[in-house]
Amino acid sequence: MANGTIAVPKKAAEPDFYHVRTKHTGIWSWLLTTDHKRIGLMYLSAMTFFFLAAMTLGVLMRLEMLTPGETIMTAQTYNSFFTLHGVIMIFLFIIPGIGAVFGNFILPIQLGAKDVQFPKLNLMSWYLYMIGGILALFSLFIGTGIADTGWTFYAPYSIRTTTNVSISVFAAFILGFSSILTGLNFLTTIHRLRCPGMTWFRMPLFVWAIYATAWIQVLATPIIGITLLLVILERAFGIGVFDPTLGGDPLLYQHLFWIYSHPAVYIMILPAMGVVSEIIPTFAKKPIFGYVPIAISSLAIALVGYLVWGHHMFSSGISDTSRVIFSLLTFIVALPSGIKVFNWVATLYKGSIEVTAPMLYTLLFIFIFSIGGLTGLTLGALNTDLHLTDTYYVVAHFHYVMFGGMGLIFFASIHYWFPKFYGKMYNEKVAKIAAYWIAIGFNTLYFPMFIMGYLGMPRRYYDYLPEYQIWHVISTVGSWILVSGILIMVFNLVKGIRSGKPTTANPWGGTTLEWTVPSPPPLENFDVIPTVTTGPYDHTKLHQQLRKEYKDQQKTEEGKN
Amino acid sequence: MSQNIDTTQQEIHEIHIHRDDFGSKMGMWLFLFTEVLLFGGLFILYASYRFIYPNEFALAASELDMLMGAINTVILLTSSLTVVLGIVALQKNNKKLCLFFMWVTVVCGILFLVNKYFEWGAKFHHGIYPKGPALQDMSEGEVMYFGLYYVMTGLHGLHIVVGLAFIGFVMWQIKKDVLTSTNFQKLENAGLYWHLVDIIWIFLFPLFYLIH
Amino acid sequence: MDNHNSEHAELSEHDDGQIAEAHHPSYGVNVLVWIGLIALTSITVSISGINLGSLALTVALIIATVKTMFVINFFMHLKFDNKVFKIFVGVCMLIFIVVLVLTFFDLTFRYE
Repeated sequence: MANGTIAVPKKAAEPDFYHVRTKHTGIWSWLLTTDHKRIGLMYLSAMTFFFLAAMTLGVLMRLEMLTPGETIMTAQTYNSFFTLHGVIMIFLFIIPGIGAVFGNFILPIQLGAKDVQFPKLNLMSWYLYMIGGILALFSLFIGTGIADTGWTFYAPYSIRTTTNVSISVFAAFILGFSSILTGLNFLTTIHRLRCPGMTWFRMPLFVWAIYATAWIQVLATPIIGITLLLVILERAFGIGVFDPTLGGDPLLYQHLFWIYSHPAVYIMILPAMGVVSEIIPTFAKKPIFGYVPIAISSLAIALVGYLVWGHHMFSSGISDTSRVIFSLLTFIVALPSGIKVFNWVATLYKGSIEVTAPMLYTLLFIFIFSIGGLTGLTLGALNTDLHLTDTYYVVAHFHYVMFGGMGLIFFASIHYWFPKFYGKMYNEKVAKIAAYWIAIGFNTLYFPMFIMGYLGMPRRYYDYLPEYQIWHVISTVGSWILVSGILIMVFNLVKGIRSGKPTTANPWGGTTLEWTVPSPPPLENFDVIPTVTTGPYDHTKLHQQLRKEYKDQQKTEEGKN
Repeated sequence: MSQNIDTTQQEIHEIHIHRDDFGSKMGMWLFLFTEVLLFGGLFILYASYRFIYPNEFALAASELDMLMGAINTVILLTSSLTVVLGIVALQKNNKKLCLFFMWVTVVCGILFLVNKYFEWGAKFHHGIYPKGPALQDMSEGEVMYFGLYYVMTGLHGLHIVVGLAFIGFVMWQIKKDVLTSTNFQKLENAGLYWHLVDIIWIFLFPLFYLIH
Repeated sequence: MDNHNSEHAELSEHDDGQIAEAHHPSYGVNVLVWIGLIALTSITVSISGINLGSLALTVALIIATVKTMFVINFFMHLKFDNKVFKIFVGVCMLIFIVVLVLTFFDLTFRYE
C-alpha cells in the first residue's frame, strides 16, 4: 500500500537486524557496525544520556533561581552550568538529534534503499560525535574549570578567560565535522539511492526536510569550524584577528559565529518539521495538503536562513543600515514557516484524526511552536528587540522554538517510529499522560520567562531583584513538572523496549515505505528493492482496504441476522 | 524481540557493497564545498580587514617576496597539470606513466612546502610572528595582515600535506592494481582535492603577495 | 501526487554512472590549459607592478577567477560532468557571495 507498492509478506525465517548474524558479535556488532539502523540506535542511546545530563544541569540552574542571591551555587558555577547546558543541548542534542537518529534509521528505508551511500563514513560520524561529546564532558574535570562564556563563545571574553574554553571549542569543532559528514552522506544517499520510481516529488516530506538540512550542514558548518579554530589559535598564539587590543574586530567573530549558528537553527528545526509532515497524514488518515509547497518551503527556509543572522547582533553595535536590512529579511523567514503550519492544519481539516501519543506531541508542537514563532517576530523587529534583547524573553523564545519545536518532535518521533525500531509497543495511556504532563510543565516553566523578560529580568545572572521572585518560583516549579513528565516518558519507553507487546509491520496505517518492511526490519531492509508508482501519502489503497473490511463485517452481520 | 532465535545456526550475513563512482564523486564534490567555506570564513575576515586597513595591508605585503610566491604558484599549477595527466594516463591504461606523473605531483607538493618553510623561517627570523618583537612595533593593520597570512597559508599548507597523503594512498592502490583503467574514481577524487588546494592558492597569491 | 511521471527525465544522474567511463581523455588539452594558467599568472604578476589604484584588486580578482574557471572546467572536469555538479558549484558560490555581501552591509556603513 505504501507508495503504491503492495507489501509482500516476509518469509518468517528472515531474522531482523538485531538477530542477524554478521561478522562481529556481542558489543562489536554495534561498535563496528555499518548498518544505518544500528548507528541510528547508537546515536539514540548516546543522545539520551547527553540530554538527561544537560537536563539535570538545567534543573539545577532553575533551583538556583528559586530565591534571590546564592541558593545552591556560586556565580562562577552558574556561568559554567549555563555554558555546559547550552553546549550539550545545542551541539549534542538539538543539532544532530532528529537527523542522526531518525534520519539514519528511517531515511534509507523511506527511499527504498538498503543503507546510506557511505556506510563506513556514517560510522565514522558517530565516532566523531562521541569524541566530541566526551571531550565536552571531559572539560568538566581537567584544567582550569568549565568554560564560562555561554555556548556562543563570544570574543574577546572567550580569548581572555582562564577557564577551559579551548577544549570545549575543540569539542564543538569535532562535532561540526561529524555533522558535515552526516550531511554529506544524506545528500549523496538522497541523490543516488532513491528506489526505482521514487522521483523527487514522490519522496516523503521527511526526506525533503533532511535534504534541505543536509545542505545547511555542508555549507554552513565549515564557517563555525574555522571560527572556533581561530579562537583556539587566538588563545594559543595571539594572532589578533578577534582581539580589539591588537586591532581585531570582535564583531567579526559574532558575524562568523552567527553565519553558521543562525542556519543551524534550521538544522535543528527542519527535520522536526519533516517529521510533523509524516505524522499528520498518518493520523489524519488523509494525504498531506500542499505537498509541493511543503517540500519547497524546506529548501526556502534553508536558503533564507543564510540571510538573517544579523538579528542576533542588533544590540552589538553593527551598522544601522545592516540592522534595518537584517530586520527586514528576518520577517521573510515567517513565510515558508507559515506555509508549513497552514498546510498541516489544512491536512487535519476533515481528516479522521486519531490522537495517539505521537499525534498528541505533534499537536502540542503546533501550539507551542506557534507561540515561539510569534514571539520571535517581536525579537526580529528592531525596536522591540532593543527592549527585549538579553532578557528572559529571549530565553523563553528560544526554548519555545527549540525545545517546543525540535524537542517535542523528537519525543513524537520516538513514539511514532518506536514500533519500527523495536518491534514492540509502549503503553499508549502512560505515553499520553506523560505528553500532557510535559506540556503543562513546559508552559509553567517557560511562559513566566516571557513575562519577567518583558519586565526586564536579564538572562545569564545567578541573582535577581526580589520583585522577580514570584515568576522565578513559578518557573522553577514548572521545571519539576516538566522533568517528572520526561522521566515518566523515558520509563514508559524503556519498559516498552523491555516488555512491550509485539507489534506488526504497520501499526499506525502509515503509507511510506518504512511501513512495508517488518518491525524491526531485516538487515538490508528490503528483500527486493521496491518500485513505487505513486506519491508518498496515497491513502486510496488503505481506504479501499478499510472499506472492504467494513463491507465484510456488514456481510457477516447480515449473515448472523 | 524474540530472544530465543538461535543465531549460531545462521550463515554470516555479508553486506553487499555496490560500487557507485558517480556517488563517490558527488561525495567528494560536497566535501570540497565544505573546504571552500572553511577557507571562505577566512576570506571574509581577509576582505573585512583589508577594507578596514587598506594602506597597512599594502605596507605589510611589501615584506613578502613576490618572486617566491610566483614560483610557488607555478609549482602548484604544474602539479595540478601532472595530476590530470596522471588520470589520463591511467584511463589510457598506462600505469607506469601514471605513477610517474603522480610522483612529479608529489615532488611539486614537497617543493611547495619547502619554499613555504623558508618563507616562514625568514619572517620568524625578522621577528614577524604573532606576539613577535617586530610585529609588536607594527600598526594594527599590519598585525591583522600577518595574523591572517599565517593562518591562511598555514591552513593551506596543512591541506597540501593532507593532499599529499591522499595522493600517496591512491598511488599505492594504483601500484597494487586496485585502481585501474576501469576503476579510477578514487584517483579522480584525489585529483579533485588537489585542484581545490590549487584554486585556494590561486586566490591567496594575489591577495597576499600582489598588493601595492 | 500521482502524476509526476514527467520527472523521470530530470533524473539522468540516477540511472547511470555507477561505473565511471573516461571522457575522451587527452594530454594535449590539459597542457594547453596549463600554458594558459602560467600565462595568466605572469600577467597578474606584471600588472601588479603598474599602479592601477583601486582597480588593482578588481583586476587581480578577475584574473584569479578566470584561472579558477580554467581549473574547475578542465582539470576538475566540470565542463564535461553532469549538470547536477554545476548546480552544486553554483549554489556553493551563491551562498558564499551572499554571506560576504551581507557582512559588508555592516562593515561599509560602520567604518564610513
